Amino acid sequence: MELNTLTGHRLIELLDKKDISPIDICNNIINKIEKTENSLNALAHFDKEVSLERCRNIAKGAKKGALWGMPVFIKDNICVKDELTTCSSKILKGFKPPYNATVIEKLAGLDAVLMGKTNMDEFAFGSSTETSCYGPTRNPWDLNRIPGGSSGGSAAAVSADEAIFSLGSDTGGSIRQPAGVCGVVGLKPTYGRVSRYGLIAFASSLDQIGPITKDVEDAAILLKAISGRDEMDSTSANIPVSDYVSGIKKDIKGLRLGIPKEYFVEGMDEEVKNSIKSAIEKLEKMGAICEDTSLPHTEYAVSVYYLVATAEASSNLARFDGVQYGLRAENIKSMMDMYKKTRKEGFGDEAKRRIILGTFGLSSGYYDAYYLKALKVRTLIKRDFEEAFKKFDAIITPTSPTAAFKIGEKTSDPLTMYLSDIFTISANLAGIPGISIPCGFTKNNLPIGLQILGKHFDEEMILRIAYNYEQSTDWHKRKPKL
Amino acid sequence: MAINRDTVRYTANLARIELSDEELDHFTGQLDRILAYVDKLNTLDAANLEPTSRPLEMKNVYREDLVKKSLSASEAIKNAPDKENNLFKVPKIIDTEA
Repeated sequence: MELNTLTGHRLIELLDKKDISPIDICNNIINKIEKTENSLNALAHFDKEVSLERCRNIAKGAKKGALWGMPVFIKDNICVKDELTTCSSKILKGFKPPYNATVIEKLAGLDAVLMGKTNMDEFAFGSSTETSCYGPTRNPWDLNRIPGGSSGGSAAAVSADEAIFSLGSDTGGSIRQPAGVCGVVGLKPTYGRVSRYGLIAFASSLDQIGPITKDVEDAAILLKAISGRDEMDSTSANIPVSDYVSGIKKDIKGLRLGIPKEYFVEGMDEEVKNSIKSAIEKLEKMGAICEDTSLPHTEYAVSVYYLVATAEASSNLARFDGVQYGLRAENIKSMMDMYKKTRKEGFGDEAKRRIILGTFGLSSGYYDAYYLKALKVRTLIKRDFEEAFKKFDAIITPTSPTAAFKIGEKTSDPLTMYLSDIFTISANLAGIPGISIPCGFTKNNLPIGLQILGKHFDEEMILRIAYNYEQSTDWHKRKPKL
Repeated sequence: MAINRDTVRYTANLARIELSDEELDHFTGQLDRILAYVDKLNTLDAANLEPTSRPLEMKNVYREDLVKKSLSASEAIKNAPDKENNLFKVPKIIDTEA
């Protein structure tokens, strides 16, 4: 049996019965990586000897933690002590953090096996994993297409069965969109649900860490493992963590689901639209009450996001200046020369573009017209959701307007790339949780994602709807041929 | 035009990024198109709206000011490209082109 193809909850059962050992799982994963990684490039840093050694150490003891022996891959922007953590950027070349992110401490405390780091868009700036300094990751369903981004490596690795569990981060859709186009499950928690201590910051009012997994139950397991208040992150919320796993199995009879008309726009891909419509019919058959609704300020979300996120990024990325870590340019004449040359050499095109755009929006003379204006319109976007959630338990939309596009198709026009996040961005601006699950395939056999958005701290509800839908379909059981 | 070459050069300098002439041309066009797109925000009257800088209401978090275990200086500095006696070492600051 190829254990790497199984879900996490199934593997936990097999481990409990002692039918298999953690080393069996680890070996199966390593075999798969050796077969497919050359064509996928989903991993940024991976050393099979280190992973095996770690697995052996955990396997030695009897089962203790809930994730005992379970392999987990981590996006390359989450700090793992003494392991390369580079945000897929040249400017963090060689960086090995002196501490663990809180999510890593939590996973290690549950006896999970840290396997390695996954590829990503540089500093999470992108929707295609093409801006990585390690080259693009490819979509397991079609190697000429992008795996989404920025957590494209995490999603592709799970989709290709190189990984069971992985962690991503989501600032404007970076967990949900890659999960959608790779045919796996990705959940962005509520702002404050998961500690961000040790997540290298992109946009501090938007970033969240979350799970990417093969099915909804696995997402619930991994979310429960990483959630909760952390005194090292003062934005983490002091709100009890539900047992997401038992909550998902309740039925969905009588739940009220809103379908916002702004997410079904002219010109959107017909195959995507039809799959979402069929999914809505299915949810109705299961007893949910689906009704049309409106989130009237949706069309402003991309504009607000690219002003707010770049402004915050320009400030967060000021720390990469050749002094404390990573790259320092050579042959420098002065301090100023060191800053400018290090940042010229260390940052890729998209990082430079976003830092300059963010700096511009914050600069004297432009602040009111751009950054402040965006914050004000953000209030309208947030209110749209507050209004909708007075009436609905959750909101159903497509995850992306299209299935995976071709590698290189959108790299020359940043604005076109930005518009591929059009359906995922609003959730970050409003701080609400969202999940993407598989809901069909195009005629070219590319996965289509269904997005379910929920109220603040109501991950239980979106997981429950997702689980009920998933169990009535077999989209999540399809595997790419690699 | 929302932004020109001089403004991009000026802003890149604020952000401490050196740009080649080619990058300057390339970014000016792209940023101009992005700013033209975000201009749609000006069709909304936002004058009386409160800005939202974080998605959830948050209170300041206080804690007791206690000495706790933290990284040693040598651990904290181990990734520095250049260091001496547990200090970050940088080029001379005087002579800087402002």
